[in-house]
Amino acid sequence: MPKADLLDPQGKAVAGALSRLGHDTITDVRIGKRFELTVEGEVTEQVLADVATLADEIFSNQVIEDVTSIRVDEAQA
Amino acid sequence: MTHRIGVVTFPGSLDDRDAQRAIRIAGAEPVALWHADHDLQGVDAIILPGGFSYGDYLRAGAIAARAPIMTEVISAANAGMPVLGICNGFQMLTEAHLLPGGLIRNEKGNFIRRDQGLIVESTDTAWSNAFTQGQEIVIPLKNGEGGFIASNEELDRLEGEGRVVFRYSGSNPNGSMRDIAGISNAAGNVVGLMPHPEHAVEPGFGPDTQNAMRSGTDGLGFFASALTALLAV
Repeated sequence: MPKADLLDPQGKAVAGALSRLGHDTITDVRIGKRFELTVEGEVTEQVLADVATLADEIFSNQVIEDVTSIRVDEAQA
Repeated sequence: MTHRIGVVTFPGSLDDRDAQRAIRIAGAEPVALWHADHDLQGVDAIILPGGFSYGDYLRAGAIAARAPIMTEVISAANAGMPVLGICNGFQMLTEAHLLPGGLIRNEKGNFIRRDQGLIVESTDTAWSNAFTQGQEIVIPLKNGEGGFIASNEELDRLEGEGRVVFRYSGSNPNGSMRDIAGISNAAGNVVGLMPHPEHAVEPGFGPDTQNAMRSGTDGLGFFASALTALLAV
C-alpha cells in the first residue's frame, strides 16, 4: 500500500468520483497492489521468509510503500 | 581523445536516441548499451534515458533497475563514474538505491508536458558544473510520475549536504517535496532529474526563449559538465 502519510493521487481521483456519485459516507480511498505467487511444494518457513524479503525489496519500494500482509492460501485440489 | 558516453536502452526506452544525439552535439561519442548485456563497452560515463521501461509495470523504473547491465552500472557508479538518470532513468536510480527517495504519480494525477524553469542549486556535480549557482535554465519536462518524495530526515540530509541539484522554478509541476527536480549522490557523480536536458541541445528544437522560438539549448550544460568532469579525472 502507498504509505499512509503520502498522497495517493489514484485513490484521491476514485474518492472524487465516488463523492460525485453521492457516496458521501466514503471519505477516503487508497489503492494498493496484491501479488499472487504460486510455489511448488509446501509453503515452508523458508519459502515464507524468502517471499517476505521479495515483498520488501522488489514487490514494494519501502520509500513509498508498505507491505501490509502476506497470506498463504492452499491451492484448489 | 574523444570521451565515450554510454546510453542504456531498455525495453520501452524512448529518449535513448535523443540522449545519444545530445552527446554527439556536445562533442563526445555516444555508445549504445543494451539492458540485457553485462558489458559497459569501456565507456567513460553513462546515461539512463527517459521512457517507459517495461511499461512502468510494478513501479516506474523498478524492473529496469534490476536489469542485467545494472550490476555493472551500479559498480561503475559506486566507483565514481558519472551517471545521469533522466526521467525514467531517475526513477531507475532511486529503485537501484543509487539515489535516495522515490518518484510517485503527479499530485494532480495528470501527465505534464511543458518547458520548465529550473534553478541550479548545486554546481558541485559531474552533470551541473557548467552552470552557475542560482542560474535559471529552461528544459522540457514530461512525466506522469514525477513527484519526488523522501522522509523529512532524508530531505534535510539532501539539503544539508548540498545534494539538491535542481529545483523547480515558479509553480511546482508535480507535487515534488521542496520543489526538488533533481538530486545527486554524496560524491556528486550520480545525478537524477525528471526534466529532459537532451531535448534542449540544438537551436530549432528546444524550448522557446526571449530571443527566438525553440532556440533554447540549456540542456547542453549537462553534457558539457560531464566532459569537464571527465577531463578532471
